[in-house]
Amino acid sequence: MEQGPAGGSGAAAAASTGGLLLSLSETEQQRYSELFSRCCPPPEAAAGGSSVGELFRASQLPPDTLHQITEVCGAKRVGYFGPAQFYIALKLIAAAQSGFPVRIESIKNELPLPRFMALKNDTEVRYGTPAEFHGVKFQVPHATLEKNSYKRTDEGDKQEPKSPPMSPICSPPASPSTYQRIPLSYGYGKARSGLEQQLGAPYEVRHSAHQQDGPSGNYGAKSALTCSTPNRSLSVEREQQDSSTQYSDDPWRITEEQRDYYINQFRSLQPDLNAFISGSVAKNFFTKSKLPIPELSHIWELSDVDCDGALTLPEFCAAFHLVVARKNGYQLPETLPETLLPEYLQAACLKPMRDCALFDSYSEPLPSSQQTRDFTRAEVRRSEEVPDNSALIQDGKKDDKQALKVSTTLKTIPKEFQHLTVKTAAQEPNALRARPRSRSYSSTSIEDAMKKGEEPPTPPPRPQKSHSRASSLDLNKIFQQNTQAVRSGWLPPPPPALPPRPSVSQTEQPSEVELHPQMNRPPSQAEENSSAKKEVVLAQPPSKPTRRKLRTEAQGLETPELSPTINVTSSLPAVKPHLPVQKQSSKQKRAIQTAIRKNKEANAVLARLNSELQQQLKEVHKERIALETQLEQLRPVTVL
Amino acid sequence: MAACIAVIAKENYPLYIRSVPTENELKFHYTVHTSLDVVDEKISAMGKALVDQRELYLGLLYPTEDYKVYGYVTNSKVKFVMVVDSSNTALRDNEIRSMFRKLHNSYTDIMCNPFYNPGDRIHSRAFDTMVNSMMMQVC
Repeated sequence: MEQGPAGGSGAAAAASTGGLLLSLSETEQQRYSELFSRCCPPPEAAAGGSSVGELFRASQLPPDTLHQITEVCGAKRVGYFGPAQFYIALKLIAAAQSGFPVRIESIKNELPLPRFMALKNDTEVRYGTPAEFHGVKFQVPHATLEKNSYKRTDEGDKQEPKSPPMSPICSPPASPSTYQRIPLSYGYGKARSGLEQQLGAPYEVRHSAHQQDGPSGNYGAKSALTCSTPNRSLSVEREQQDSSTQYSDDPWRITEEQRDYYINQFRSLQPDLNAFISGSVAKNFFTKSKLPIPELSHIWELSDVDCDGALTLPEFCAAFHLVVARKNGYQLPETLPETLLPEYLQAACLKPMRDCALFDSYSEPLPSSQQTRDFTRAEVRRSEEVPDNSALIQDGKKDDKQALKVSTTLKTIPKEFQHLTVKTAAQEPNALRARPRSRSYSSTSIEDAMKKGEEPPTPPPRPQKSHSRASSLDLNKIFQQNTQAVRSGWLPPPPPALPPRPSVSQTEQPSEVELHPQMNRPPSQAEENSSAKKEVVLAQPPSKPTRRKLRTEAQGLETPELSPTINVTSSLPAVKPHLPVQKQSSKQKRAIQTAIRKNKEANAVLARLNSELQQQLKEVHKERIALETQLEQLRPVTVL
Repeated sequence: MAACIAVIAKENYPLYIRSVPTENELKFHYTVHTSLDVVDEKISAMGKALVDQRELYLGLLYPTEDYKVYGYVTNSKVKFVMVVDSSNTALRDNEIRSMFRKLHNSYTDIMCNPFYNPGDRIHSRAFDTMVNSMMMQVC
């Protein structure tokens, strides 16, 4: 068969098939585009006849059925298998395999995916090849998550958990079908808890190793949702939609959330967005991702396009994205995908850089953010040392505890980046709440409206494990040996509801753990002495506010400590004046008892927290030892 | 098209060595090793005064029956040694120079990578690709 014209012939071809309207589900679209790319090497827009024939034969349908399919899909008429024909043909194959007659009408129904036997494996097609057909845009938005009935052996498990493309931004409540996609793929690592809450969906990066269409799917869904009607068709106007909303199968495309996260990380390393991150700084940063050094080296090679030993913002985004992808199981490409090229990202990055300036202006007035900023500067300084991880973990855990109480929003920020995100987490919730979502790359007003409308809905429950850190890094892989309980402690930093609890205060709180038991014991002693009750009562209330306030903490902790000791000594002589004050003491008793109960509860909570932290500390120590031994092994041995 | 390309560190241990697979690779390793002596000789022959002006490309180090060995030294005393098949007479000096220049550029790119510790063996895929393009195509 002849090769068709390249580029946007897809739509033209679609139009030429007599205006056949085809709606594809997410999984179908992915499968079809994969198959198409296998049959059709990227530069051409039409599938080679022989490979198509092979594929069709692999579907194990009788030859005359295949001929019929070829006819119906229009390939015979146009003389080649363009994308449209190919997809229609695949759908017809699916229909035929399901027992439907080979007719156009039959493909209007929902069908399972076509099955092909004994196909060669093409993992390259799946991974990393840059968006193959730019000319073809298919509509997506379909409700059902079809199970992958594909029998390709080694791809089977990869494809299975495939989540349909989703836009974390767009989930109009009107379409429940799209809404259910939200839990499955959420934006990439988000430092901003506020934004997360607004977007309102938990991030579950990895059920499986792969989420190819996560990022790309976002765009696909976005474009679909802009029209906010469930059924789409292959229409030319779809194609002309903004270039940023590409469709499926492109894990190398950075979504907006990801971009925002990367930009925030960049800012944490280098406040000036137009400047570079030096090599050593970047090295330390990416080393925290715990990828093996050769892989990091490769990622660097890919992303540092100008080979200057420093990363600009687009280079950094690309590098981060590659790290993220690698952590999620994608193989690193040999060359940088187009969508990660700095020029490509530069254009897209211009907008966020503007908005980041807004960020600063919003977060300035917040006192908490000031504290956190100082704190994180200290953290960044300390970040080179491993032991401080435990301290940071503690912070994170404290945050998590509070976050647990307040919200279920998730951000799967990797633990390594916790300390960086603590700052932004505190800042952003307040900043972002105030700031309207003005950023939109695909700039259609409908999308903006939808994004705003996105914010209110509460997140659907987390389908899966543990960590809620908004990130694309899959901590599950790293911490699989951790217990669920431990992991559940790894929850997001303080959500917007608790802005007055900056991360600074949380470092103080672990120290409270030790102090609280001490405080509780003396008061319990003193309480037995009714005469000392007055002092005890005085001691108790100050202990409660200390949990909340940073400044008074030291004072508050001191006074209860001092007063109980005084109480003990004065207990004996105070017995005599006990009788006259019996009425008052009963009231005090009740007050004391409630205070005791509360303290005990707090004790229990803190003790639990303590044990979790201890466990984590142990794990971190183990990891540290492992890393050190690795380092020793990797030291170059000079030979000869 | 080279039969063997090697990158030797300042301390005269190999950072990277790649040969055409069909041949006995050890022979190439030995050749490269012995060529280091010639390299040192050439460097010292230039004299201390000329160190700054020393040309990086050393030219033909020594010929043997089967092949010729070319050398190139960077300012940080990292040596590139290339073994070229003698039967490949079409290879001109300019081409050899350009090949060394490409090697040098790739090497500096590797150096820019913060994850690369100087003195480590070179595992960069980009470098491999580039070297592969320069190696003799074995049919």
